[in-house]
Amino acid sequence: MIKLKKKTPLIDQHDKFGFYGNKFGGNYCAETMRKPIEDLSRLFEKLRRDRKFLKKRDHYFKHYLGGETPFFKLENLTRHLGGAQIWCKDVSAINGDAHKAYHATVNALICKESGKRYIAGDTGAGMFGKNLAMAAKKMNLKCKIFMGTKDISRQAPNVKFMRDAGAEVVPVDSGSKTLVDAVSECMRHYVSNCDNTHLAVGSAIGCNIFLKICAWSTSQISRELKKQLIKEFGEIPKLKLINVIGGGSSALGFWNEFIDFDKKHVELIGVEAKYAAPLSTNAKVAILHGAAQYCLTDKEGQIAETHSLSAGLDYPGSSPLHGLLKDSGRARYTNASDKEALAAFKLITKLEDIRPSLEPAHAWSECIRLAPKLKKSDVLVVNNCGKGYKDKKIYIEQLGYYPK
Amino acid sequence: MKNSINNAFKVAKKENRPALISYTVCGDNTKDKSLQILNSISKDLDIAEWGIPHNCPTADGKDIQNSSYRALQNGIRLNDIFKLVKRFKKTKPSKPMILMGYYQMIFNYGDKKFIRKCKEVGVDGLIVVDLSFPDNKNFAELCKKNSICFVQLIAPTTTVKRMKEIIKSSHEMIYMISSISTTGSALKYSIKRIIKNYNVIKKIKPSKNVVIGFGITEKTISNLRSADGLVVGSAICREITRSLKDRQNPVTNVSKLVRKLKNKII
Ligand SMILES: Cc1ncc(COP(=O)(O)O)c(C=O)c1O
Repeated sequence: MIKLKKKTPLIDQHDKFGFYGNKFGGNYCAETMRKPIEDLSRLFEKLRRDRKFLKKRDHYFKHYLGGETPFFKLENLTRHLGGAQIWCKDVSAINGDAHKAYHATVNALICKESGKRYIAGDTGAGMFGKNLAMAAKKMNLKCKIFMGTKDISRQAPNVKFMRDAGAEVVPVDSGSKTLVDAVSECMRHYVSNCDNTHLAVGSAIGCNIFLKICAWSTSQISRELKKQLIKEFGEIPKLKLINVIGGGSSALGFWNEFIDFDKKHVELIGVEAKYAAPLSTNAKVAILHGAAQYCLTDKEGQIAETHSLSAGLDYPGSSPLHGLLKDSGRARYTNASDKEALAAFKLITKLEDIRPSLEPAHAWSECIRLAPKLKKSDVLVVNNCGKGYKDKKIYIEQLGYYPK
Repeated sequence: MKNSINNAFKVAKKENRPALISYTVCGDNTKDKSLQILNSISKDLDIAEWGIPHNCPTADGKDIQNSSYRALQNGIRLNDIFKLVKRFKKTKPSKPMILMGYYQMIFNYGDKKFIRKCKEVGVDGLIVVDLSFPDNKNFAELCKKNSICFVQLIAPTTTVKRMKEIIKSSHEMIYMISSISTTGSALKYSIKRIIKNYNVIKKIKPSKNVVIGFGITEKTISNLRSADGLVVGSAICREITRSLKDRQNPVTNVSKLVRKLKNKII
């Protein structure tokens, strides 16, 4: 079993080749990309220690993204399920509607610092794409978003948003026409344009530096949550932190400040989509998009196709950092089907005022399964990391309505 | 046999021309067809490169993606590739064969098992697109122990310091990527700039065989003829795509194209 290092940020627990636990991550990329990613690593290591840059980041988080996102108890759901207390960290209340806002904003800031004028990113659900388009506009960068044609049609509201913000949306029509193909095409674009373009990878995946930037950015969520918990409870109570996992950026941000806690004190639970679930279905380690990770493949080693109603979860791989958390036993992973996620949305929106997108609906499903089995003293916190409007059409098709 | 790659360069040098190296995807568009194509063009080639198709090829442009897609659609597997290499080497034992692919395909098969199998069927060299220096040190050593040439890549972004390290750990052949690009786009840099980059590498170690690849076509090949070797890939894959679309025989069309390429460098 891999052992985590205490008091070392999770993103820094790699060796000089970028491997976590000798097994996950690395830099499996074309020679052409080596120098650009080395330059980016150096820049990032400098910036994360630079007080002026941190101030700028905090300024953007506060004034541009709207500051701290709310944390509150779901009284009706708690009563209805009759077990654990259920709390919501409503990251979807951020300007930008999802945790991807942190990561997109930081990438645009880094791009600016690097002196590059172009920024390129991949997107599945369109949340990262729309936030990157917004941040690029704000900072005067030219933005290209790569998106599978299947996702362009199922996440149309976000596509419109990106275009309105002035980004070029590049349709990707190869393979399954979803996120995995968008990431590949975006990386190809970077290989061909790395001299003037900054690559913003949409989740905590890719070569070492990309996943580090991502998880560093989203960790704002757990910094806030820690304070909010202490304010509510006077201490960090016995907790279960439930988060949906696509690539895993939102979970890493939600968990980052709690990694060093004993798992009996703060349990970390990741929820994948049932047919895109490398972490919870014992997938093998494979190399995808520049890193070794748990990933769905066929026997020959070809990357497998996945199926999820949720575009943000429809991805065969997982962050190398989740491989590390899984193999060290720090986090546990489970999954929820389309049907279960839809049922969760139905119940949550009947009882409460939040409107989760399909991605966090998977996390809510696990919360609904767990809560009745637990005691009143147990605290469940779910990261409600995305707003539902982008999935309105899908919810109406599947459930016949979208709540007010 | 051990030095067949070196020999190929020697022969070309004696004839005062660059070595001609083809890149096609094994199994494109079927297993047999890809072997027929290679057999037919091999008289004009000094070295043959076969791609191992992968469905997430992050450094390939559209043409090679299409070829890989066709090969995978027709069910090519790694063990088929080994069998086809064996068949090729049976009739052309002195023609060097280099396999090129993404590390995932090798990792999934097992490094040692893969290299052992390569040796057994007669593979002379390996290019692993996404296993770059220094992460490839162990793998390259394993290749060397098995008399397989591990081909290191150098890109326009590679610093001179890194270049020196790469050259130091390289085997018989080095692959220079012509421009900042995936495979298959037109040459992005001027010929002059490409030759200049090439000369930087040659100056560090003049005896090393350096080939140039990415974006070379019938139009540009003669301008680069001062190199030790030239790789043509996407242009050939494109010809296969065109032939299939026009319902023509890719074997004859590709053979004609390779003959033309050869004529431009002799
Ligand atoms: C709201 C939301 N949650 C989760 C995800 C999945 O990605 P990750 O696991 O990286 O957070 C997405 C992806 O687009 C998303 O939009």
